[in-house]
Amino acid sequence: MLEGLLIGLQTAFSIQNILMVIGGCLIGTFIGMLPGLGPMSIIAIMIPVAISLGDPSAALILLAGVYYGAIFGGSTSSILLNAPGVAGTVASSFDGYPMAKNGQAGKALTIAAIASFAGGTIGALLLMIFAPALSSVALLFHSAEYFALMVVGLSAIAAFAGTGQVAKAIMMTVLGLIMATVGEGALFNLPRFTMGIMDLQSGFGFITLAMAMFALPEALFLVLKPKIPKGDGSDDIKDLRISRAEAKSIAPVIGRQSVQGFFIGVLPGAGATIASFLGYAVERNIAPKHEQDEFGKGSIKGLAAPETANNAACTGSFVPLLTLGIPGSGTTAILLGALIALNVTPGPRLMIDEPQVFWAVIMSMFIGNLVLLILNLPLIPYIAKVLAVPRNFLIPFILFFTLMGAYIGQNNATELLILVGFGVCATALRFADYPLAPLLIGFILGRMLEDNFARSMQLYDGASFVWERPMTLGLLLIAVFLVVLPSYRARRARLRASGIADGD
Amino acid sequence: MALDRWIALILLGISLAYGYAAWFTMDAGLAPFMQRNPIWPSTFPKVLSVIAVITALVILLGLEKGEQKVGEIDYRRLGDYHIGQAVLLLGLMAAYALCLRPLGFIISTGAFLILGSFILGERKWHFMIPIALTATLVVWYLVQEVLGIYMRPLPGFLGG
Repeated sequence: MLEGLLIGLQTAFSIQNILMVIGGCLIGTFIGMLPGLGPMSIIAIMIPVAISLGDPSAALILLAGVYYGAIFGGSTSSILLNAPGVAGTVASSFDGYPMAKNGQAGKALTIAAIASFAGGTIGALLLMIFAPALSSVALLFHSAEYFALMVVGLSAIAAFAGTGQVAKAIMMTVLGLIMATVGEGALFNLPRFTMGIMDLQSGFGFITLAMAMFALPEALFLVLKPKIPKGDGSDDIKDLRISRAEAKSIAPVIGRQSVQGFFIGVLPGAGATIASFLGYAVERNIAPKHEQDEFGKGSIKGLAAPETANNAACTGSFVPLLTLGIPGSGTTAILLGALIALNVTPGPRLMIDEPQVFWAVIMSMFIGNLVLLILNLPLIPYIAKVLAVPRNFLIPFILFFTLMGAYIGQNNATELLILVGFGVCATALRFADYPLAPLLIGFILGRMLEDNFARSMQLYDGASFVWERPMTLGLLLIAVFLVVLPSYRARRARLRASGIADGD
Repeated sequence: MALDRWIALILLGISLAYGYAAWFTMDAGLAPFMQRNPIWPSTFPKVLSVIAVITALVILLGLEKGEQKVGEIDYRRLGDYHIGQAVLLLGLMAAYALCLRPLGFIISTGAFLILGSFILGERKWHFMIPIALTATLVVWYLVQEVLGIYMRPLPGFLGG
């Protein structure tokens, strides 16, 4: 581990990579502040740039920096404008915005920055401890277990989708898997489902799909329903300091929420949004009575809790990505796609085959958090001016960058038409409340899922691996349980609501 | 019928077509030696098609009850939003895709950015044109020189 740390330090502290972290954090903050644009869109737009860097460590460092920056920027607009740029920072506006209204915007931003810093740093420490342990277990896995594990991951994503949404999330995942089978797979050297169209021979482009699923619908939503922030919110940011007593009162909150947020982030499908809401709720429940009343009116604990939790969860979501190669969220799915494009396969072998990638990313997390704290915090009043950039200029640029990203990836103008077509479909799906992240995750995992499935079928000469390997069977049962549980619970709740007593 | 169930109907159609291809047409061209394999190119798609059809039916028949909630945008009142602008922008993107090769990068992109802000209601030409042209040239320089990806800058008849 020490050796790994040194390799990581060496890689992360090269001039290029430090610039990547700083640049990534700044770009992320900048765009994350714009209401309506989430981290997935920003990362999707940045991928072509990252891929053309050619160096996997630098690319991942840049994208990870963009990711934190976006979460940080999102909390800034939550606090200053009550207009969260990112779903994971909605909970921060509950107490952050009242604080800003009371003239404590500077203090709120400082608390948010410190909480994010602590959450991210403690999360990175936990990642350093847990990832190697988990990946040494994962090395024992057989392709059958891998197949089962991916099925568990995909079902967990569906299970976390919320009431009444499970079927839709499963549908989207399966649709993603179906789309992944289009084109010529490495396994059979045979074009499948191309309908004779040459452009489909190599399958759908991952960048095109990521842009069409996230960046384009978000931009279209901004066009359809302009979110006009009131004022630019930058005129009354002063007095960034917090008192010793305040620091003392939020310290335990930060400690608890970094750990809780991290573990929620590790779960596939949970992620920063759930972590921040849960963190807020937990802290409100365990706070003393007189402090409980302050929640929602500008409590510093109520701001520190979601801010810590969402950053810790972002870091936690790297655990399944780096150790198992299975992304648990849309954002990490995009990161996985970028890594695959750079010929790096994340998974348990990553730490052995490419230790510099793994450790450099962890080191860059520390640097990134530091950058956000010491570089971005003083710059916030200036960056907040971005919010005043008129959308008339902004939206054409966002659209142009999505087009450019898809074009650079494939150098093919047909790809742009596919992008527009899928973008329209994705917008319709969003209207009807279908979650889009599962589609992309399914698409990215599809090929690996099929490869592992095929390998196990070949080794066992049939599907008998499902019941002959206890671990595979166990994992698959967990997957079934995850899918069935939410509808079972909803059913029971409905029966209870209609006055029917429980069977037992 | 609500939009989500219409979409489920479409998805059901797609799944059925996909399933038909996987179950009935794909294996026809399979080489004899591959038929001894336990896994065929169609095995995984067959599994997927079954799951997809079942899930689409679950949504279509409304078997999973959930509270009806209105999303960020209520599609039933689509006319209340700036739908015209959105459609025009989509059209503009399609036009950009078609013009990128024949007209060259600089003209298409400049026009795209200017027309984009024009569609959104911007009329300050003295801002729009310089911003669009500067951005176009900067992006072209970055893509061409820094990333090293060739993009034809000008239309063919101007020697691009």
